[in-house]
Amino acid sequence: MDLVSDQGLRIDGRRPKELRKIRCKLGVFAQPEGSAYLEQGNTKVLAAVYGPHQVRNRSKALHDAAVVNCQYSMATFSTFERKRRPRGDIKSTEMTLHLKQAMQASIKTELYPYSQIDIYLEVLQADGGNYCACVNAATLALVDAGIPLKEYVIGCTASLGNGDVPLIDVSHLEETMGGSNLTVAVLPLSGQIAVLEMSQKFHVDHLSLVLNEALDGCRRIYEILNDTVKNHLSEIGAISGWGKSDL
Amino acid sequence: MAENICISLAVQRVSSSVPPRGQLCKLFSPGEIIFPQSDFMRGHGTYPEDDVLKASVAGVMEQIGRLISIKPLKSRYNGEVGDVVVGRILEVTQKRWKVDTNSRLDSILLLSSVNLPGGELRRRSAEDEQMMRKYLIEGDLISAEVQSIYADGSLSLHTRSFTYGKLSQGILIKVCPALIKRSKTHFHNLPCGASIILGKNGFVWISPTTADSNSSGGFAQNLDQKVGKADREVIARLRNCVLALATNKIPLYSTSILHAFEESEKYLVSELLNPESMLDIAILTQHKIQMTEDL
Repeated sequence: MDLVSDQGLRIDGRRPKELRKIRCKLGVFAQPEGSAYLEQGNTKVLAAVYGPHQVRNRSKALHDAAVVNCQYSMATFSTFERKRRPRGDIKSTEMTLHLKQAMQASIKTELYPYSQIDIYLEVLQADGGNYCACVNAATLALVDAGIPLKEYVIGCTASLGNGDVPLIDVSHLEETMGGSNLTVAVLPLSGQIAVLEMSQKFHVDHLSLVLNEALDGCRRIYEILNDTVKNHLSEIGAISGWGKSDL
Repeated sequence: MAENICISLAVQRVSSSVPPRGQLCKLFSPGEIIFPQSDFMRGHGTYPEDDVLKASVAGVMEQIGRLISIKPLKSRYNGEVGDVVVGRILEVTQKRWKVDTNSRLDSILLLSSVNLPGGELRRRSAEDEQMMRKYLIEGDLISAEVQSIYADGSLSLHTRSFTYGKLSQGILIKVCPALIKRSKTHFHNLPCGASIILGKNGFVWISPTTADSNSSGGFAQNLDQKVGKADREVIARLRNCVLALATNKIPLYSTSILHAFEESEKYLVSELLNPESMLDIAILTQHKIQMTEDL
């Protein structure tokens, strides 16, 4: 079965260069400093950020930077087959490490010596691009927590369909049916790449094609997330009088 | 079991929509360029890169002379000298207590910066160090003032005044620190019959008003004292009002809390926990504040 039909449509009815619908919300929890909920098509992720707070394990404290602690977990009901363990398996541990790498590229950790920032991510529904959705949700939660960032970190996937058609933001079906996938996390304004991962080999002629597609996707996701942040800010800021302290 | 249980679907959820006031401000988000040229001084929430000044947090710009800073609407407590805070003792160590004040590092209360019973200018001896647990133990709540800020950013507190000290009976509410408005006094004896301490760190303490609260201070803790039902109801109502204002992002200060308290009289205390009534109180309070401001 082809991933792109003769009419130029993908299995879920999108064009090859079309993103899935992104819906997101900031400040969904009261307890953590920052939180966010993000849907990318059918992939749904919750993120919560605690801190910066004192490092609980003294020996891990750094004198010149904050410790970033990530935890990636998938709800047992998130996949087609019920998951046995929500976290702690090899895949989740790998995800956690990659998430930490992406977040550390953006957070200005040098401002918070002896501190720790905890980022908790929970995948509620997995439909491809879990890593990207997690990176995007974590970015929103960090912005909500008021933690200084160099800029947003945005994740996006891309793949190849029908041999040479680049597909953006691949779903689970396309991930499993198609060839290799490329996952990137970038700082979209400066164009720096924080994480880049390929599930299989790409032909060298195709790599730049797919990579450019993914980078373009990141820029478009950035616009969407930035709009959400501004809307959220103007909503809560207008009520509280923009946090101005003068009475 | 004729209890009134209210279960609402996600689609019927009350979205906080208190009408905004004030004009629109320009908003910045992380990575956005504030000024193309960098002849400004960079303050909090900004960083220089390639000769331009960029924002590092999402919020509004504050300019004081040539100093540019971006203030996030929500963040952890950033201590300033002179702030009144409410904190919880985490640890008792040699000559100091570690206090949780919602700051990014644990705050420190030195044995030498508390008023020990019996004499102001008494030397702190070894016995005093051994007695520290008698004054404050882990889990105790205190009100204090920020004395200084250490180089690493942690706060040093002091309780050298009879207004500060150990808190005994009451309710603690944790809200976002940005919602607490700075004012002349953060200790209020409200006319509705309760006292409230609005800690700048977002910890709000509500307690029954005691007749001679000034003379006690320090480490006196009267847990045997009975608080009447009427007093407890007032405290519970105040707590719910503060929560209603905080969830709807309305700044907390004595006037706004009093307005909310007056508006809440039409509800039962328990009804105040419904999202609908919380929003109603927030809107009415906002309206009342605006009316008095316009006068």
